[in-house]
Amino acid sequence: MRVESLDALKKWKSKIPSTDTKSIRILACAGTSCLSSDSDLLIERLKEQIEKRGLDTKVELVRTGCVRLCGQGPLLLMEPEEIAYVKVHLDDVDEIVEKHLENGETVERLLYTDPKKNEIIKAAKDMDFYKKQKRIALLNCGSIDPWNIEHYIQNDGYEALATVLLEKSPKDVVEIIKKSGLRGRGGGGFSTGMKWGFTLQEKSDEKYMICNADEGDPGAFMDRSIIEGDPHALIEAMVIGGYATGAKEGLIYIRAEYATSIEPLRKAIEDARKHGFLGKDIFGSGFDFDIEIKLGAGAFVCGEETALIHSMEGLRGEPSTKPPFPSQKGFRGKPSTVNNVETLANIPVILRKGAEWFASIGTEDSKGTKVFALAGNVRNIGLVEVPMGTTFREIVFEIGGGHPEDKDIKAIQIGGPSGGVITEEFFDTPIDYDSLNSIGAMMGSGGMIVMDEDSDMVEIAKFYLDFTQDESCGKCTPCRIGTKRMYEILERLTNMEGEPEDLERLRTLGENIQSSSLCGLGQSAPNPVLSTMEYFAEEYEAYAYRTKKTKYSIDAEKCIGCTKCKRVCPTDCISGDVRQVHVIDESECIACGACYDVCPKDAIIKP
Amino acid sequence: MRKEILDTTTLDQEGLKKLDAYIEGLRGNKEEQLIHVLHHAQQIFGYLPKNLQWYIANQLNMPSAKVNGVVTFYSLFSEEPRGKYTVSVCMGTACFVKGAEKVLDRILELTKSEKGKMSDDGLFTVQDVRCIGACGLAPVVTINEKVYGNVKINEVDDIIRRYKRGDQHAS
Repeated sequence: MRVESLDALKKWKSKIPSTDTKSIRILACAGTSCLSSDSDLLIERLKEQIEKRGLDTKVELVRTGCVRLCGQGPLLLMEPEEIAYVKVHLDDVDEIVEKHLENGETVERLLYTDPKKNEIIKAAKDMDFYKKQKRIALLNCGSIDPWNIEHYIQNDGYEALATVLLEKSPKDVVEIIKKSGLRGRGGGGFSTGMKWGFTLQEKSDEKYMICNADEGDPGAFMDRSIIEGDPHALIEAMVIGGYATGAKEGLIYIRAEYATSIEPLRKAIEDARKHGFLGKDIFGSGFDFDIEIKLGAGAFVCGEETALIHSMEGLRGEPSTKPPFPSQKGFRGKPSTVNNVETLANIPVILRKGAEWFASIGTEDSKGTKVFALAGNVRNIGLVEVPMGTTFREIVFEIGGGHPEDKDIKAIQIGGPSGGVITEEFFDTPIDYDSLNSIGAMMGSGGMIVMDEDSDMVEIAKFYLDFTQDESCGKCTPCRIGTKRMYEILERLTNMEGEPEDLERLRTLGENIQSSSLCGLGQSAPNPVLSTMEYFAEEYEAYAYRTKKTKYSIDAEKCIGCTKCKRVCPTDCISGDVRQVHVIDESECIACGACYDVCPKDAIIKP
Repeated sequence: MRKEILDTTTLDQEGLKKLDAYIEGLRGNKEEQLIHVLHHAQQIFGYLPKNLQWYIANQLNMPSAKVNGVVTFYSLFSEEPRGKYTVSVCMGTACFVKGAEKVLDRILELTKSEKGKMSDDGLFTVQDVRCIGACGLAPVVTINEKVYGNVKINEVDDIIRRYKRGDQHAS
């Protein structure tokens, strides 16, 4: 059925059977993290049981996208009370069906325990993790079935598109987005409205609207969650963007590693076509637009817009110099707009609620919210969407619940391989694009990795550099050779073969690469090294002066000879008899930390 | 040029027919869709040997050097045959800070293989991969489609042993 007008859309919306007739709605998370803990089997089993016991008249089971608290998956949210069952196992299904669905009792043992306060929390809305969050980009993610277009329609889907096409000129739309203050969420933070305006003013018979879904930053998975959890929002935003910039063709460039994300997206595109939200004469406005999916093949640099465009053309994904910018000469040499997934997910909401509303959220120059992927040494791992201006402390300690064992948090890495580390003195900094730049980090795509006192910052920096030097496309020399040399110096240092002069070499090299590389990858590649050098100079010095201890040992005073460490050691380098003090043979120790993890008496001394 | 690169008779002919049909069905500029063609070819043949690249270049009417340039640029394309099980150790930041590197080293040791190269018994290709976006489960190892989350170094032996015995489904 094609939807020809706003009225027709509203009529359809009103006819969709309301779920209010059912007394219980189960939101079952089928995000990537939960799926890898077999949530699909769980959902299947629930469905079977609900049907078998004839509960389908009162229970609605919704297979949703990411519910965000990934570390506690698989997750079930039971509406209306929003009771959250966490780490649900296949074997728990019968009990849930019997107690919760049939008898209206809560299955206490599956409730979430607040790890900080050691209290059981029944409803998701009462968890610290969810309390402070504000959803715009993730609005529907985790609340609707992404495979079902009616769920999107029910949540005001495609209304913004109808209004835009029927009542506004492309210029009006550009102005609204400019006024909202939305900035690109993929890293750079450039004004989205201005970007659209540039493409609009270009005169060309062909233009392209491109969605950058090449989420390459390690530790970031918000784009994936949006594509899987709310694909129609992305489609609606792209049609709006196409209209605003004068493009009739849309392309979504998605990394091939995200194979599971592609299916719901394909289905959503087909459904949108079927109902006339894509294709010819959308809403009878005379505007035509369609979307094609382009696959990546594993290259981080393709997140850079010019490299992405070359990759879409079937070429090696190498960047080219700007100008010309993609808005002038992009895909197939025609004016193109490249927007990131999270940026686009904001668009329909902005158009529904108004630029003023959006601009009222956030800080002076960074409006709206930002989604962070919180991971590493933190209790609550998952996606966090908060207003710009929220502090690191609020995210890591309040929403994230702090360190799982209450160890000291040494640093927070933000911005992935292009970003830097934040140390405790900056934990109270309100996060926005500009505050991060001023302290030597950057927003990047919003990966936030929490590191505790045990993290070796030189190793972390080496890890990022290993990544960038491997991903460097090789086109420009500073990045190709420079990052390799930096990596070699770091390797020398961590092998205890370095010298104090290496530190100066690292710094000079890093600064040169920043200033002379062609694209964002090279320009930002030294950031993790330079930023850790600034804040953790003593760790670099310990390596450079070769004073660093690298092996584990056992505190003879504390060791009770329980043999636990001896049994887990993968290299069998721990010796000692029962109830005798154990000893680690340092020449064989690979510093895996297995002994440290099992020791009941804290007798293992970390390097 | 070495002769075997030009010899496409050693390729699975059924596979080539499937590939031809795929290329035939493409609309628009075919050269532009090289990456999609390569994905498809790798799905059929398991990897992209030089003679297959040569074949694809001919079918798309483009220089084989260009095809090889693209194949070698992207990490998901492999010119080497792959083991029955592809063991991927996620090297995303979250996994890294939780000890993924040690997990990888241990797996390489157990499978007696080098990173990216098939083990001699043809069972394993062990590789490190970019963040797979399952950071909540770090460190993560995937073996073919199966995802292992929160992998501890002392569990690795057991997992690999099960695959060696062929009863990977036992838990």
